Amino acid sequence: MSSSDFRAGLRTGLPIVLSAAPFGALFGAVAVQNGQTWAEAALMSATVYAGASQLVGLELFGHHVQPWLVILSIFAVNFRHILYSAALTKYITHFTPFQKFFAFFVLTDPQFAESVKRGETGHTVSFAWYAGVGLIIYLPWLAVTILGAFLGNLIHDPKVIGLDVLLPIYFLGLVFGFRKRDNFIPVALVAAVGSVLAYRYIGSPWHVSVGALAGVLVAACLPVRETADASEEA
Amino acid sequence: MDTRFHLDMTLLIFAAAVATFATRIGGYVLITRMKKIPPRLDAALNAVPAAVLTTLVAPNFYAGGPEVKIAMAFALVVGLRFNVLTMLAAGWVVVMALRHGAGW
Repeated sequence: MSSSDFRAGLRTGLPIVLSAAPFGALFGAVAVQNGQTWAEAALMSATVYAGASQLVGLELFGHHVQPWLVILSIFAVNFRHILYSAALTKYITHFTPFQKFFAFFVLTDPQFAESVKRGETGHTVSFAWYAGVGLIIYLPWLAVTILGAFLGNLIHDPKVIGLDVLLPIYFLGLVFGFRKRDNFIPVALVAAVGSVLAYRYIGSPWHVSVGALAGVLVAACLPVRETADASEEA
Repeated sequence: MDTRFHLDMTLLIFAAAVATFATRIGGYVLITRMKKIPPRLDAALNAVPAAVLTTLVAPNFYAGGPEVKIAMAFALVVGLRFNVLTMLAAGWVVVMALRHGAGW
C-alpha cells in the first residue's frame, strides 16, 4: 500500500463527501419517519450503501409493499452498477480477490467515475488509491445516516439550505470530465433525452436505467473506430 | 433481538444488500467469462460513464425550478475552468441567492 496514493484517494473523495453527505442525512431522517430504527438505518447504509435505492426501499417499506417487490425494485434501481462493474474490470485486474470483493462492495457512482478517470489519464488505479476514495465516502456516509436519524427534523426540507443542487452539480462535473471521449456528444445527448422522457412518462427511478441503456446502445451502434473488420456480434 | 433491530426489517435489509452487491459484481462476472471483448461491446462499455452520469443530471435540470436551472448552468460554466469544489460552491451560492435574496 502506498500512503501517497491513499492520501490522493482521500483528496479525490473529499468533494464527493461534501455533496453526498446531505443525502445520507436525508436518508437517516426519512428512515426514522418510515418506521426504521436508527440502528436499522445505519445497517442499511452500511450494507446496501447505495443512496437512491435506499430511499426507494424506504418509500416501499412505508407503503407495506411485499418484500420481494421491494427487493426487485432495489435491484432495478441499482441495475446501473452491472454496467459499472463491467466497465471497471479492465482497470482493476491486478487486485487480489479480496481487494476485488472490497472494490465491488463500495462501487458507487462517484467511485466508478473517479476510477475510470484516473485509469484513463495513465495512472494505475492502485488499491491504496481506490481504498482511500472508498473509505472517505463510506465512513462519513454511515456517520451522517446516524446523525440524520437523530436530527431528522432539522433537515426537513433540504431545498431551504440549497442542498438539493449539490449532487446534480457534482455529477454534472463528472459528466464533463468525460467530454473528450469517443461519441461523448451523441451518448450524452441520447442519455439525457431518454432519461427525461422516462422520468416524465414512466417515473423515477426507472429513468436511470432507461436513459443509460439508450446512451450505451447508441455507442454500440455507432461506427467502431480502430478496427475496420469489426464483425457484428449481435 | 433487541428493540434496535426487528427481525423482518433486518432480513429485508440483508436481502437488499445481497441484491445490490449482485449488481455491483455482476458486470465483472459476465465480462470475465468472455474470452475476447467484441469491439462493439468495448465501445458500449466506454460509453457507460457519460451515459449513466447524464441520467443522474438531466432529469434534475428538467424538473428543477428556474433557480435550479440557472445554478446548474452557471456551475457548468465555472466547471470548464475550475475544480469540482469551486463548481459546487458556485452553484450553491447562486441557488441560495435566488431563493432567499431574490425570493424565487
